[in-house]
Amino acid sequence: MSSPALMTSPDQAAASAAPGAAIPPRRPAFSARTLRWFRLNQDRLRSLLVGTASLILFLIAWHLLTTYRVVFFVKFTNVPAPLAVYASFTKAIHDPHFLMHILLSCRRIFIGFSLAAVVGVPLGLIMGRFKLVHEVVFPVAEVLRPIPAIAWVPMAIMLWPTNEQSIVFITFLGSFFPILVNTLHGMTLVDPVLVRAAKCLGAREAAIFREVYFPASLPHIFTGLTVGMGVAWVSLIAAEMISGQFGIGYFTWEAYSLVQYADIALGMIAIGVLGLGSSLVIRAAGQLVMPWRSR
Amino acid sequence: MSQAAPDTRQGHIEVRNFALSYETIDGAVEAVTDTHIHVEPGEFVSIVGPSGCGKSTLLNAVAGFLKPTSGVVTVDGSAVTGPSAERGMVFQQYSLFPWKTVRENVEFGLKMGGMPKFERERAARTLLGLAGLEAFENHYPERLSGGMKQRVGIVRALATGPKVLLLDEPFGALDAQTRIIMQQILTNMWQRLKISVLFVTHDIDEAIFLSDRVYCMTARPGSIKAEIRIPLERPRQQSMMMSSEFLALRRGLMSLIREESLKAMGGEITDLGMQGLGIEFQGHSIADVL
Repeated sequence: MSSPALMTSPDQAAASAAPGAAIPPRRPAFSARTLRWFRLNQDRLRSLLVGTASLILFLIAWHLLTTYRVVFFVKFTNVPAPLAVYASFTKAIHDPHFLMHILLSCRRIFIGFSLAAVVGVPLGLIMGRFKLVHEVVFPVAEVLRPIPAIAWVPMAIMLWPTNEQSIVFITFLGSFFPILVNTLHGMTLVDPVLVRAAKCLGAREAAIFREVYFPASLPHIFTGLTVGMGVAWVSLIAAEMISGQFGIGYFTWEAYSLVQYADIALGMIAIGVLGLGSSLVIRAAGQLVMPWRSR
Repeated sequence: MSQAAPDTRQGHIEVRNFALSYETIDGAVEAVTDTHIHVEPGEFVSIVGPSGCGKSTLLNAVAGFLKPTSGVVTVDGSAVTGPSAERGMVFQQYSLFPWKTVRENVEFGLKMGGMPKFERERAARTLLGLAGLEAFENHYPERLSGGMKQRVGIVRALATGPKVLLLDEPFGALDAQTRIIMQQILTNMWQRLKISVLFVTHDIDEAIFLSDRVYCMTARPGSIKAEIRIPLERPRQQSMMMSSEFLALRRGLMSLIREESLKAMGGEITDLGMQGLGIEFQGHSIADVL
């Protein structure tokens, strides 16, 4: 407000040497805001800094252990150095084969996980609502649940006509049980007072299911999806290593067979990044679907 | 609104020969026995009693959540067979849907009634405006204070235009100051809507301040020990709580409840004495008792 007025009078503007008059009122305001921003985001900035430092430390340790070929209970003699892995990474991103492996794994995850969600969530909801369905399905599920997906590999190969289908089936199985169990758990925790409130407001069975049971279970459904996605990757990689011809798990195993040690680490890191990325996608979907839970 | 005259005649609650018992391994346990209550159209009636006396059981039976073991519950002559939107209910735990905004919560009953989206949004806004909550229509309940949550709970129960409003210790979870404000808000709303109210509380002041009539229940198995008319003039003001009339009513009710609470703690012999007293006081006004 005052600075343009000062500027109109030429002698005053010259006397106050422009920066002295015009800038001071702005800069404190700006820096106060910046300071406040820093103060409000202190915790987040701190974890960001510590997290970055920790990753850098990890890389340095890895670098030192491999360049000096440390042997201390574990042998780092053949372990590839981070720079070697980086070199094979720059090569791999231009290699259509590597990208195909990744895409194929993602496709298997997508199909297997989606099927598990499409079957597991409704089944869990129905089991939570109808006692008979629960009584029929639960014992079978409890017997099958502790069997690790990898143990299903031979059976899956017998069950399905193609290799591809059996791998997707293994992925499906891995994510199915966490999704089912968590959905069911969410259903048992629905506050009965909310159901009574809905009934008092004229809601019938279908509406209660849609408007109360389903949204009330959503947080647990998303816990199930997150856990299920993790197990889906575990199962997929195991299945690809055992019976696959393509996929990032196969790539990693093949690298070992072909004595391309840098590619082993590259494959592992790729799996880690893909796993992290897919759980971030689920978390983002959760925040989108449950706006009342994000602050 | 144009049919105001016939509307005010609606909402007659009648509970006759009511008894409710639970089946346990040791046999049936009587929660409520031999109970008669009624609420006239547009009347504000409270039920007070020691904890565990079955006052909430009685209210839940009127709401249609519990079936009486014997006796009948009717509203405007038709028997209650299950919960319905014509009997609005307000719960102590607020019971707002956390995944719905304040306005969506209020809209819920209208949505269930099949009202189109645009209409019910407008209706909900109007109601929230009356309750002074229009600024919070897009908030999720988690972000509201207890008093605000319960105002939304009351507005939600009233949105469908029920014949009767049932409240189960609605202000029990609120602090003393908020509770007094909420009582004032509720009387103001009731005064305007002239809806029949059945209100369950263990707070004697609250019951006297709000009601036209108060039923006092005996300790378990619960039955009506006394029925007290509250002749305080309307509209009720907070200052009335200091009047000698109010204090006399309070003293009477207090001693009735204390007797029952002592008996509830005292064990078996109480059953006999309690029933005797129940018969003695049934249907009398507090003036007779004092």
